[in-house]
Amino acid sequence: MAEKKEALFSKKNRKLLSDPLDSANPISVQVLGICSALAITVQIEQAFVMSLSVLAVMIFGNIIVSILRNLIPSRIRIIVQLVVVAALVILVDEVLKAFLPDVSEKLSVFVGLIISNCIIMGRLEAFALGNKIWPSFLDAIGNAIGYAWILVAVALFREVLGSGKFWGIQIIPESFYELGYMNNNMMILPPMALITVALIIWAQRSRNKDLIEEN
Amino acid sequence: MAINKNSNGYTFGFAVLMVAVVGTLLAVASQGLKSRQDKNATDKKMISILSAINVEATRDNAQEMYTKYVVDSKIISGKDLSANPFDIDIKKEFRDKNLELTDRNYPLYICEKEGNKYFVIPVIGTGLWGPIWGFVALESDYKTIYGATFDHKAETPGLGAEIKYTSYSDQYTGEVITDTTGTFQPIIVVKDGSGSGLNSKVDGITGGTITSKGVEEMTTRTLEVYANYFKSIN
Repeated sequence: MAEKKEALFSKKNRKLLSDPLDSANPISVQVLGICSALAITVQIEQAFVMSLSVLAVMIFGNIIVSILRNLIPSRIRIIVQLVVVAALVILVDEVLKAFLPDVSEKLSVFVGLIISNCIIMGRLEAFALGNKIWPSFLDAIGNAIGYAWILVAVALFREVLGSGKFWGIQIIPESFYELGYMNNNMMILPPMALITVALIIWAQRSRNKDLIEEN
Repeated sequence: MAINKNSNGYTFGFAVLMVAVVGTLLAVASQGLKSRQDKNATDKKMISILSAINVEATRDNAQEMYTKYVVDSKIISGKDLSANPFDIDIKKEFRDKNLELTDRNYPLYICEKEGNKYFVIPVIGTGLWGPIWGFVALESDYKTIYGATFDHKAETPGLGAEIKYTSYSDQYTGEVITDTTGTFQPIIVVKDGSGSGLNSKVDGITGGTITSKGVEEMTTRTLEVYANYFKSIN
């Protein structure tokens, strides 16, 4: 008799989705993908579009590597993963240029950055290479969303405090500026991205004591 | 027969097959999408030219609006005066270090809106992280700026990238690029806040000094060529 099939959303599979959002978050716990968290969190819109692109590349990358997991020669597996990610990113870029030119202009150089996003390579190597397609798919979604919420949260702080805008729309009223309020230009500069991420990490660890390292 | 997946033969075979498959896939995608991408780039250029004369066009009506407002175009100086001005890639020529300055082509777009003539001049330069470019429209007196639009490839959002917004480019409107004797006079980007008003100065962007200076450099370098041209034909 065939082995009883695991339910699509078993407890284990649900954990694949939920863990990366909090206790195994790629940015705040694993500290991966910091480079893009720094580069594209000045405006929320960019952070959001970048997150969507990473989600797309991550899902397809994880699925493809998972399908090929028993065929990939282990000695060149990193190169194979790199080729899969790079090919996907270029495809996404070409398709955006042809069908969504305005989005493509906004993303410009950042699309290329996706290739070097360590979260994607990390998940391919650590998860998709050793797991079936469905769990790999869930793992991709979980990690991409875990990445996305940090990115958007950081961008929210930086855009509101740095430019007084939300999604490009002025939200701090003109009267504030007349009273002497000023946008904090420091928020727009890269160091504040790291400091904001650090504040999120701090908040997360004081809430969840298990994440605190021993020493 | 079981295949030894750790053998050199298998590894090589896998690599060769992978490269062939991925290469083909990307080549097909690139060729298949090229015509759409080219059309998008053309539309974008038309929209930018039109926005310099304050005409709002969208990707849907760019071609139609362009033929309506742009009545003529020519190359005022350069190597290839007979080329189609619209097809001149000034970005490529700007980057080409082997091209003599005098060999660069300078296209000019002549537009007509509500009975008035405008001259649209493309400009190209370098910002902090990459190229910046734009279009400057002059009024029919050949010296008053009617409108300007700038764009960039990779300037910092919130800082240098602000050049593409009207809050920056509107400062150019009304400035004059020649003095009373007809000599070229550059539009300077200043830091001290004295840029408001019509005094050949515009305020730079706080935190975006290098980009602002890039705009000053490109407008100065390019507009001088056109100012001399207009002087010579009048």
